[in-house]
Amino acid sequence: MSTDIEYKKIFGWPESLKHNPTHYCPGCGHSIAHRLVAECLDEMGLREKTIGVPPVGCSVLAYNYFNFDMVEAPHGRALAVATGIKRVQPDKFVLTYQGDGDLAAIGTAETIHAANRGERISAIFINNAIYGMTGGQMAPTTLLGQNATTAPGGRDARLHGQPIDISRMLAVSNGVVFIERCALTSVKQIRKAKKAIKKSFQCQLDDLGFSLVELLSPCPTNWKVSPKDSWNWVNEEMVKTYPLGVIKDTTGYEDKK
Amino acid sequence: MPSEKMLMNGSQTVGEAAVRAGCRYYFGYPITPQNELPEYLSARMPEVGGTFIQGESEVASINMVLGASVSGARTMTSSSSPGISLKQEGISYMAGMELPAVIINMMRGGPGLGNIAPSAADYFQATRGGGHGDYRTPVLAPGGGQELVDLTFEAFDLADKYRNPVMILGDGLMGQIMEPVVFPDFIDLKDLPEKDWALRGCKGREARAIFSMILGQKGELYRHNLDLQKKYDRMTAEEQRWEIKYAEDAELIVVAYGSAARIAESAIEELKAEGINAGLFRPITLWPFPLPALRELSKKVPKLAVFELCLGQMVEDVILSVGERSEIYFHGVPGGIIPTPAQVAEFLRSTVKGDGKVGRRIEV
Repeated sequence: MSTDIEYKKIFGWPESLKHNPTHYCPGCGHSIAHRLVAECLDEMGLREKTIGVPPVGCSVLAYNYFNFDMVEAPHGRALAVATGIKRVQPDKFVLTYQGDGDLAAIGTAETIHAANRGERISAIFINNAIYGMTGGQMAPTTLLGQNATTAPGGRDARLHGQPIDISRMLAVSNGVVFIERCALTSVKQIRKAKKAIKKSFQCQLDDLGFSLVELLSPCPTNWKVSPKDSWNWVNEEMVKTYPLGVIKDTTGYEDKK
Repeated sequence: MPSEKMLMNGSQTVGEAAVRAGCRYYFGYPITPQNELPEYLSARMPEVGGTFIQGESEVASINMVLGASVSGARTMTSSSSPGISLKQEGISYMAGMELPAVIINMMRGGPGLGNIAPSAADYFQATRGGGHGDYRTPVLAPGGGQELVDLTFEAFDLADKYRNPVMILGDGLMGQIMEPVVFPDFIDLKDLPEKDWALRGCKGREARAIFSMILGQKGELYRHNLDLQKKYDRMTAEEQRWEIKYAEDAELIVVAYGSAARIAESAIEELKAEGINAGLFRPITLWPFPLPALRELSKKVPKLAVFELCLGQMVEDVILSVGERSEIYFHGVPGGIIPTPAQVAEFLRSTVKGDGKVGRRIEV
């Protein structure tokens, strides 16, 4: 009987994440999203050639957690900054990590035009339907009827406008090759999200065009519910306005089952 | 090799000079009166392996510049007054993040949309930072023609030397006037100091971040501001540029920059024929303003005639330079009206006589 057991590492701390505790609230989706991005970069061998652009918002300090080069952008301008980086360094891997206020309100113009130019950039879009960092104000993505500190009594379409579905808006552009919407609130969806992120990264490596992965993400603090209820709210309410799934895919990739 | 003598308008001149100074990344949004610059570079950049992008806005363009700069490239944008207002957010961030870039402002009449005629009403905005926060950007004011070439080279060098945005402040007249210019040879980018701070991926080193947000509770932002100020103090000590002409035997000194200085020079020649000797003090760096040089000159010639293509902005720096020691007279023309040399000569005659018919005495 042999005592030589071969151990194979099947799980560990991703190299693309620093060993820093995050400032994110309990139940927040950012930590999961960070982890997925880091795992994908590691598994695709991209960490050392990556330059990331975080947003202004809760993840403005993402450079304290991600272990690759990062540069701050003014609020909403991540995809313009990323454009400048990618045009100078087309051989590098450039990603933005943006919240809904950043990507779909103040930065809408930069988002649409970078996508429409088909910039070879991967955008990770965290949609939690609220302004987190500033304390729960209405976001462009806030659902109808959802409470926010600047929409007391809930979002009213006549008064505040409809929740914006920027992913579907972007999908009409020929510069965009891949958009998928996933959620960070079930193991099954988290695994799907990782697959989508990898596919988005592959689009950039293959020089296909712009891609984006939208992640529906819980914000229990500003939704004023427990972490558990926040997951349920994503799975039961948020998906009605933002249905999950592939929104656009012209990559021609055959997905491995 | 330097170029042949070429006839080009001011905007194209800046474009060609930028390319030869090693700029390969231009991002901008159309606005009159400087469109000849992006148009020129849209054709020129591909010829030299560079990139031209027409951004969706001035805001996007300056942030593309930010991204190119953080990648270690020589990069620039250009615009005219209303567009420069939109770029201020990005310029403030770049100042905070210590990123070099060159920004061209071919000024037009304001406020608001104003008009598309030449003006010089953005002096305050250019020399006082322009955006939010406690920062400065060097401001170079060419007189046009060959100096547009020389100062474009200088702007890129200063930007890299101090890791800071640098502005070239021209105007619509300078941008459109055609003049003979000679371009120096292309610089070799390999001859420039390595930008070891640039973000090019963390292969072989620790990951790095460049940012302007400094939250810490132990005075980190306080110290960052003090460090920036030390840099601005160094610029103030080392980078003042100016020109003095016709000052021998002068009974008054005209203080003017850019296109206003060229109009003033013609007026000075007109007066010479009448036996009136007027000198010219022309600041070339508007920030840092050549305070000590003007102060020294004013000790010899205490009568100063300040002429601007606006209603009085640089004159405040003149007052800071000479205080109560001099007699300061001011004449300004706003709204994109370009006065003739004869009109400026009237101001200078009036200043000599002190009759107050054209311009006014500034009481300090």
